[in-house]
Amino acid sequence: MRFVNEYRGPEAAARFARALEQAVTRPWTIMEICGGQTHAIIKFGIDQLLPDRITLVHGPGCPVCVTPVELIEKAIAVARLPRVVLCSFGDMLRVPGRSGDLLAAKAAGADVRVVYSPLDALALARAHPDREIVFFAVGFETTAPATALAVHQAAREGLKNFSLLVAHVLVPPAIEAILSSEAVRVQAFLAAGHVCTVMGWEEYVPIARKYRVPIVVTGFEPLDILQGIHMAVLQLEAGRAEVENQYSRAVRREGNAAARRLIGEVFEVVPRKWRGVGEIPDSGLGLRDNYAAYDAERRFALEAHSCDESPECISGLVLQGVKKPPECPAFAVACTPEHPLGATMVSSEGACAAYYRYRRAAAELPGGRRH
Amino acid sequence: MCLAVPGKILSIEGTDDLLRSARVDFGGVVKQVNLAYVPEARVGDYVLVHVGFAISTIDEAEAREVFEYLRRIDELAAQEPGGAACDS
Repeated sequence: MRFVNEYRGPEAAARFARALEQAVTRPWTIMEICGGQTHAIIKFGIDQLLPDRITLVHGPGCPVCVTPVELIEKAIAVARLPRVVLCSFGDMLRVPGRSGDLLAAKAAGADVRVVYSPLDALALARAHPDREIVFFAVGFETTAPATALAVHQAAREGLKNFSLLVAHVLVPPAIEAILSSEAVRVQAFLAAGHVCTVMGWEEYVPIARKYRVPIVVTGFEPLDILQGIHMAVLQLEAGRAEVENQYSRAVRREGNAAARRLIGEVFEVVPRKWRGVGEIPDSGLGLRDNYAAYDAERRFALEAHSCDESPECISGLVLQGVKKPPECPAFAVACTPEHPLGATMVSSEGACAAYYRYRRAAAELPGGRRH
Repeated sequence: MCLAVPGKILSIEGTDDLLRSARVDFGGVVKQVNLAYVPEARVGDYVLVHVGFAISTIDEAEAREVFEYLRRIDELAAQEPGGAACDS
């Protein structure tokens, strides 16, 4: 496929690895924000190609993973109501809540459906005026324009049977939370390319300046990630802390103006609890008052119950880059994709799922990283 | 979740700004994609598609930048004393 395979050449990857070897004089720790980047790094073995002195830690950029248990419980509660069809992306169905997951609710009779796009949920609302269609809207800034357009269009069409359970989260406040934490050891960030496709990169400039960290907007293919790392290392070695854009084929400084406009019309910035991390101020999107009629939490008067994580699960530390999945005693033992203790083992972007899928065999070898 | 896949626009239909859509070819698989956020997109353009929406057009000149970058750092390495030794 064009704009995919060109960025996967092993010869070019080896040239980047040699250039990194030459550039590095000290140990550096770099965090990739996005779970999609984490999967590419583990799948293609990019971390194993790097000089020993460069450590990659994995960030919180998996929206399914950070969706709080309380919201999953609300989704299960609304799915069980008569006439309701609850729709979401596939990963969301198997994330454990307190009382099971959405797939279990479906097995027990709730109408839970996987959709590819929020527009599919909207089409269900048009086709079934006698049913209540609730879209469980998870995602970062990348996905927010799709949700915004679906609810905006529902309002235009006067659809009364469509609503959103909103779990949207924002990246920059999470970066600030990581940098403000005592356990922080991240010296540079690869920012999430597709989030910046929508939002641009200006909002990262004050963060780079305040915390003196290089931030490189980076794509998702192996050569993108290697270039992003190289750009970050050159900044670290030179003592610079700037925002740079590796992913210029898709990301413009100001982002996508039309998408930002509709996000701003439909959503406002709200505090949001992140699973395993806690509440982060100004880190979520909620519906504005003029779209309150489409808020499933209000429409169905869903109550919040505080929920505890499985005590065995360290996904909060994994999501903050403090621990890696194989350091968890439950990894691949009590916690597997078939029986996950935490969301990071479920999602196709979760760090634990990535290590389980691509590194488990190596981790189980004598002398491997498991202990 | 933030997965976005590049595809080529085969045809465009609709005039409503929010509902304009395209048939997009992803290496042989063709899907219908909403174009509300890429008003500049034309037939033949490559777009990045996420959950049924094009979120950006791909700048074909910028798409070569990774390889230009690699060429520049290779050149720099060749100029530096001892740099070429690392290639062995």
